[in-house]
Amino acid sequence: MAKRDESSELLRELVAHLRQNRTQLREEWVVRISETRLLTAMTKEEIFAEATSVYDSYVEALETETFEALQAYARNLSERIIPRGVETHEVVGIVLLLRDVLARSLFAKYQTDFKKLNRILDAYEPAANRIANTVAVGFVQERERVIRQQQEAIRELSTPVLQVRERLLILPIIGVIDPQRARQLTEQLLRGIRTNRAKVVVIDITGVAAMDVTVANHLVQTVEASRLLGATVIVTGLSPEIAQTLVTIGVDLGKMNTVGDLQGGIEQAERLLGYKVMALAEPS
Amino acid sequence: MTISSDQDIVLARQKGRSLALELGFSSGDATLIATAISELARNIVSYAIKGEVALKGIQGSNRVGILVIASDNGPGIPDIRQALRDGFSTSGSLGLGLPGVRRLMDEFEIVSKPGQGTTIGVKKWRP
Amino acid sequence: MEVPILKQGAVLIATFQAALSDADLNQLRSALVQQVVRFRSRGVIVDVTAMDVMDSFASRTLREIAHMIRLRGAETVIVGIQPEVAFAMVQLGLTLEGVATALDLEEGLAYLNQKFKTTK
Repeated sequence: MAKRDESSELLRELVAHLRQNRTQLREEWVVRISETRLLTAMTKEEIFAEATSVYDSYVEALETETFEALQAYARNLSERIIPRGVETHEVVGIVLLLRDVLARSLFAKYQTDFKKLNRILDAYEPAANRIANTVAVGFVQERERVIRQQQEAIRELSTPVLQVRERLLILPIIGVIDPQRARQLTEQLLRGIRTNRAKVVVIDITGVAAMDVTVANHLVQTVEASRLLGATVIVTGLSPEIAQTLVTIGVDLGKMNTVGDLQGGIEQAERLLGYKVMALAEPS
Repeated sequence: MTISSDQDIVLARQKGRSLALELGFSSGDATLIATAISELARNIVSYAIKGEVALKGIQGSNRVGILVIASDNGPGIPDIRQALRDGFSTSGSLGLGLPGVRRLMDEFEIVSKPGQGTTIGVKKWRP
Repeated sequence: MEVPILKQGAVLIATFQAALSDADLNQLRSALVQQVVRFRSRGVIVDVTAMDVMDSFASRTLREIAHMIRLRGAETVIVGIQPEVAFAMVQLGLTLEGVATALDLEEGLAYLNQKFKTTK
């Protein structure tokens, strides 16, 4: 217990020192940052502004010995600087530079009292390392989140739900579908039904080569979920093989709305929606 | 948390949803997890009167997930194979809904003996 | 938790909230049937937009509501099921079979009006 108290006591002394010398230590840190050519994506003013916040958060974390505020700040900071192109090694770099600048100032201050210096470093080092860790991890987590978002956006772009007419959506499914893509298609379709207020959806599976039981289940679920949103689903392009798979898993094809080809499916959709379908006269 | 009333079911799924969101699951996945928790808690109330639901964030080889453990000292399930039989077009309001819970989550484990209660553990991983 | 039931002509509109317990749902079922009888309503719209989870009990209660209301000569439409909730429901095998569904309040009213025209 005594050790803990002593450690807190030393940290308090340390924090006081860091606060007293705030201006000059911060300045030193900013100089080191530009010397090592970090944060080149940011202007001098920006670096200075962020440095001030980081320095203060750093000292506060040392003082309170809690890291939640620092974590929140790190996330926040990362959200701002990631779009600017700042990279992980830069963020880790500047935090370690600050750690070094502060450590050096401790050496300078306590150089005459070696024993005291050791004790102060014993208190400082674990805390400083934890801070570096917290900031780095916060940055990396934010980066991963951004990457996931981008991947999701790319996947969405490559699986289009098309609005052909008012209240009518078409979802052409092409190629091989793995369970993850099937799930994503379903979610996109359901969101599309809601956004476009679709009453009829035509799912065209002409381009699907083969369908295993898992994906067939997904199709059935998609049809059922669409109905819960008030939309009718017409499935077109059902090959005999896929029809067989569906029957195997217990789907009553009589209940599912199926039409041979996409064109026929669209026509039926339009009839359901109340549009008149007129055949063009053949040129004589 | 202890589950013994229908209000507890609501609390359990709300806690489950917020933990899932905290762990970084998408809103859609959080809904799936909350729904699974609701069903598991509901089984406890219906069949065992009282039990526990525990929620925990977990780490995998390089992914994050959620673990839900529902346990009770109720009558137990006599025929687990039967309970897990997945009749895909069943209406789902019959029986224990366990096949449904298994579909909602990624991993599913169950231990149950008549007279010794039931413990069900389910996991979902964040991609 | 009190769920508001509004009357709009021959239609009753009940707006479900998020954290409804089993007891709340049961109470709602009775209240709706009572009101249908009292006002001789021809249609009921149950708006579940705010429900973030629909489990087997909720789904069964909705089916029971629709059934009991049909016995009183009125039609029920469930509106506002969220895309994520719909997805979870079908995973669990809850399809609300036999119950009419629509996207939102507007669609629900349109559906009922259509129904009234054809059945009267």
